[in-house]
Amino acid sequence: MATYKPVVVQAFPKLGEKITQDTVYWRGYKTPVQIKEFGAINKIDFSPIPPYNYAVTASSRIHIYGRYSQEPIKTFSRFKDAAYCATYRDDGNLLVAGSEEGSIRLFDISGRAPLRQFDGHTKPVHVVGFLSDKYRIFSGGDDYSSNLWDIPSATEIVSYSEHTDYVRCGCASKVNADVFVTGSYDHTVKLFDARTKHSVMTIEHGQPVESVLLFPSGGLLVSAGGRYVKVWDVLKGGQLLVSLKNHHKTVTCLCLNSSGQRLLSGSLDRHVKIYSTTSYKVVHSFNYATSILSLALSPEDETIVVGMTNGVLNVKHRKPEERKEKSQKKRQPTYRTYVKGRTYMPKQEDFCVSKPVKRVLRKYDKLLKSFQSSKALDAVLEPPIRLCTPEVTVAVMQELHRRGTLRSALAGRDEKQINLLLTFVARRVIEPRFTPILVTVADMITDIYQPVVGQSAIVDRQFLKLQEAIGKEIDYQEELLEVLGMMDTLFATFTRKKSTCLEKNKSNGLTETIETNRN
Amino acid sequence: YLLCASGDFVKMYSVATEETLRLLGGHADLVTGVQLNPHNHMQLYSSSLDGSIKLWDFMDGIPIKTFTVGCKLLALYALASYEDVLFVVVPESAERDTFQLVSVKLPKAAGQDVEAKEMSVVLHGVDASPKCIAFGREGEYVASVKEFNLQVYFFKRKQLNRFSVSAVKTKSGKNHFTCIACHPTEDCIATGHADGKIRLWRNFHHKRDYTYSTLHWHHDAVMDLAFSVEGTNLLSGGVESVLVLWQNGSDCQKDFLPRLGSPIEHISLSPDGALCCTLHTDNRITIINSNLRFSKSIQGLIKSTDVKTGLVVDPRTKALVLNGEPGHLQFYCLQSDQQLFSLDIVQRQYIHQAGLNQTDLVKVAFSAQGKWLATVEEREDVTDPELQLKLWFYDEETQSFKLNTRINMPHEDHITDMCFRATDEVEDDSLILVTAGRDCVFKVWVMVEDTDPEAQQSVSWSCDFVGSYHNYQAYNCCFSEDGSLLAVSFEETVTVWDSVTWDLKCTFCYPPGKIRNICFGRLTCSKYLISATDYGFLCCWNLLSCALEWSAHLNILVLQPDPLSEYMAAVSWLSKESSLFVFKPNEPRPTYVQRNLCKEKIQLAAFVPRDEPEVIGSEKYLWLRRSQLFFLTDTQELMTLSTKSLEERLTPSSKQLAVEESLPVTPFSLLLGKHRQQQSQEDTDLGKLVVRNKREQDSPAVKELLHTPAHVLPSASFLCPIFINSLLISKENKSAEEVPDEVEMKSEKTEDDSDEERDVTEMEQEDTSPVELLGEVTCKLSKSQEKELRKIRKMDYSWISAF
Repeated sequence: MATYKPVVVQAFPKLGEKITQDTVYWRGYKTPVQIKEFGAINKIDFSPIPPYNYAVTASSRIHIYGRYSQEPIKTFSRFKDAAYCATYRDDGNLLVAGSEEGSIRLFDISGRAPLRQFDGHTKPVHVVGFLSDKYRIFSGGDDYSSNLWDIPSATEIVSYSEHTDYVRCGCASKVNADVFVTGSYDHTVKLFDARTKHSVMTIEHGQPVESVLLFPSGGLLVSAGGRYVKVWDVLKGGQLLVSLKNHHKTVTCLCLNSSGQRLLSGSLDRHVKIYSTTSYKVVHSFNYATSILSLALSPEDETIVVGMTNGVLNVKHRKPEERKEKSQKKRQPTYRTYVKGRTYMPKQEDFCVSKPVKRVLRKYDKLLKSFQSSKALDAVLEPPIRLCTPEVTVAVMQELHRRGTLRSALAGRDEKQINLLLTFVARRVIEPRFTPILVTVADMITDIYQPVVGQSAIVDRQFLKLQEAIGKEIDYQEELLEVLGMMDTLFATFTRKKSTCLEKNKSNGLTETIETNRN
Repeated sequence: YLLCASGDFVKMYSVATEETLRLLGGHADLVTGVQLNPHNHMQLYSSSLDGSIKLWDFMDGIPIKTFTVGCKLLALYALASYEDVLFVVVPESAERDTFQLVSVKLPKAAGQDVEAKEMSVVLHGVDASPKCIAFGREGEYVASVKEFNLQVYFFKRKQLNRFSVSAVKTKSGKNHFTCIACHPTEDCIATGHADGKIRLWRNFHHKRDYTYSTLHWHHDAVMDLAFSVEGTNLLSGGVESVLVLWQNGSDCQKDFLPRLGSPIEHISLSPDGALCCTLHTDNRITIINSNLRFSKSIQGLIKSTDVKTGLVVDPRTKALVLNGEPGHLQFYCLQSDQQLFSLDIVQRQYIHQAGLNQTDLVKVAFSAQGKWLATVEEREDVTDPELQLKLWFYDEETQSFKLNTRINMPHEDHITDMCFRATDEVEDDSLILVTAGRDCVFKVWVMVEDTDPEAQQSVSWSCDFVGSYHNYQAYNCCFSEDGSLLAVSFEETVTVWDSVTWDLKCTFCYPPGKIRNICFGRLTCSKYLISATDYGFLCCWNLLSCALEWSAHLNILVLQPDPLSEYMAAVSWLSKESSLFVFKPNEPRPTYVQRNLCKEKIQLAAFVPRDEPEVIGSEKYLWLRRSQLFFLTDTQELMTLSTKSLEERLTPSSKQLAVEESLPVTPFSLLLGKHRQQQSQEDTDLGKLVVRNKREQDSPAVKELLHTPAHVLPSASFLCPIFINSLLISKENKSAEEVPDEVEMKSEKTEDDSDEERDVTEMEQEDTSPVELLGEVTCKLSKSQEKELRKIRKMDYSWISAF
């Protein structure tokens, strides 16, 4: 014999992005902390040693922030004009920065005054960095030259002037202490070896290069310029591996995560995209308020710091995860008592008495079971169900409609309840998954309460709102249909084979019927 | 035991095991009433429309006596206080629609067939339904209801009291009487009304001072009422499929047993009051304990109002699959006449109420290996019809189907046809489902891997391709045997599509009439496409030359290909009778024709593969070698064609032509008795033993040896080789002899099995002669039309090429 079957609440597939491990991982950050700087932030660099402070270069200052502080721990402000590209050394003790006046300064983290100053560039120096042997610095300036400096003697070792435009980015190899790359606005990336007089390799990017990055293994090189991010195989002589075009404005910065599995790119289009370095597919993306100039990820991916053109520094910390384990530990003993005896296997001679499993019905199901349709509708119009799971409300309405008792359930309500109902309908009627049934509901409400229209201002307002919502939806659908028509003609001219467009005008006919009913 | 009238038989079921124990057959027409003999509870009276009352010993299944009354008997009542008198309802001779209750005196003559002519009229103007008459306490009075009148007749005083209720038409319906029951010990009559009220009448000895009280719970007509044995409780049932137990006749104390599955038609109590059983409209009996707990249910083929799904064969169990209870799919085993299981497809609460549009199952399709099941359910509604396509996956662990994907509104309008691509390969990644809809498109659904790590299942289904043709409504779809081609019919045109690239390959058009059915040929005939149209044409197209091969003028209702051979069965409807044509697509002449298959319209047909190919001698029945053909008619009778001659067919093991009586509704009356059943089992055991013994004595040599006296025999050394030889030969012979021998023995037993079976076979034999003649006529017709058709076709092509 059949038991009562509860109302089936339709599960709708979640639209939009699918939940993958990556989305779960990258979503695990707290709400961002915003810090206002004086100018556009051109570089963020994390100290490689704990506690992982980071240096932020903006305008004429370099601020150093701690992990949780929102105020700078330390400030280097000995620049007359803008400072550029403050970068930590591997041991986290020294910091080097270029400047608008063409000099490069080397700071001790603990001190204030520069330890060394390297003069030689005639134009602003936008990129500086340490080579991996810790004793040399490379730099690139707007005078088209890339130089190599010796730290102890503060002298220039070699100067390469092979670029034909501003040099704006560079990166040193972690594997070989003599190798570094610079990218320039002349659309090329050049690989230099300190032991030779000329560049070792030239890679044609195709757009002004904004950022370059070498993989920790030194075998792969990533360059960003224009809308493209390109990956090159250095060991194969600079062969293009893959070209990514996921941004719709210039890509300004690149960054690898700590494991080297993911590549991050920030762009003027306000997005940070995360790629998998195995498939080079976008696995996640972040959205920011304004154009992004710089981006950095702390070791262990604990913090993402993004600098923007309007001088706002956006800091995201990862959520702590320890708490969950603790709460589980606490519950264990109760769980054990709960399952006590469950694992007991009955012996052969034992006489088993099985207890019938009692099914727990939801409140609306209980009411529907006893055919109390009006009360069932009341039950699903309570705030938690109505607001959080509108699909339950709609499913019950549909079930009532199926039973033919929807009209009587809707009838005989006071002003407050009608107000509630109408608010719900007006808000949800435009959602395609609810449209068919809510149109019927709205139709019935207007039918039932037509005689009393005008007696209550609140209800009248809700009716107007409903009308407005439906009117808007109809306009929207008309526009969509127009677009569809345009696309059809385009497709028809391009290919003979018809592509199957998804029809978006499903709800259109239905909304029109209610519109005619209302007028 | 539970006894129940079913068609021409009285069936005896075991209450404990739900099995059919015995089939009491002998009536020539519908059995209308069954009553236990009140003086001997091992005996049973049964009445039938053929005008006879039979007295049975139902334990042994032997008819004791047959009383011929001579006119149609519509209901039967037996009373303890009147020996040798039975009450029956017969039609009044003068008018057609009036009936009277008469008492029949049973003569005490010896012999099997006795005529009972002594009749005296008790009541005039009664209702034909057996539920409308009840006998009161100790048989003192009889009460009958018809429309708005209640008649009570007292036997002793010979007084007739009439009462009537005023006819009130309310929203829920009229308040006329529907059924009646009398209290077993008190003077109290309970009547049920069509508006759901139950009235308890008391003090009806006086014409004026009668009183009644009303009980109201049912919202629709009360179908049956029954008092418990002590009279303390009243049971009532109706369309709501809820059994209501009223205690002490009061309105407030009642118990319910809800959700019995389908409307209750009859309620019956066992004489000791321990069990109660309800009969349902869908051919089912439910047995209920005295404490109102569901205990068992006896069900065969469940009858549903409309078999929309068609007859489908489950490739896994070879069971016939069709609509069962509302929203359910029943798997019906043909061999054992049992429902294997019922699959809940809709998964919604079914509200038993008239005038509600309920969701119902309309289409079913199995994949070739039975691993996937696709179902379509829809709810008719003026404004927004609901449609759902569901795909079920067969779970090996639980041995049942599990819901995999649910698709809301797969088409904008009704789905007309659905089929899977039949692939022989075991890997089912290439499985494709095609649905054709009235919204002028057909859609192709494929399985996709789910990448979502949180999803429970690895595959789901999604739409791959939408095809349409000139905005015509799609009616049928069909895959060719190797799955490379898909044929979709759009009104008058058949389109053939490539199943890999989904390109339109070619179209066939046959102007008069929309296309009803299409199917591809199988095996050697796989290059042919057969279609049947509305205006009675059956056409066969050659796919290689894209030309019409042949056509015939036949009003085809059902076209069904045999999945295991190249034969196809077509059922046509001509002048109020159905005929069956079996043909191979490569030859226009039918291989087998049977006129007069039955008088009803045949709605559906299905080939059910046999477990092992049957050995068939005659050329004519060669097409039935691999599978068996089943039909479902308008009146929901399931029939099959059988090839064997009369004697062979009547083997009890294979119930050929088991015309499953799905007509339980009509005049059932029902009795319950509790007895021991050991005896019957012993009987059957004995029977088998006897058979075995006889067989051993078959060889004449052995017989001779054993029967000659010892002193006449030669020496033992001489006899030994003969004896052994005889044994050897006898073994060889056995294989040949055994079969007919066995059959004969069994056929004796079951000769009285059914008259209907015999009728059909006679029909078959008669038909053989005119068959050839008729076949020729159709062929000639087709040839003359063929020429016409070719012209039309040429025109048609030029029209298409213009596009």
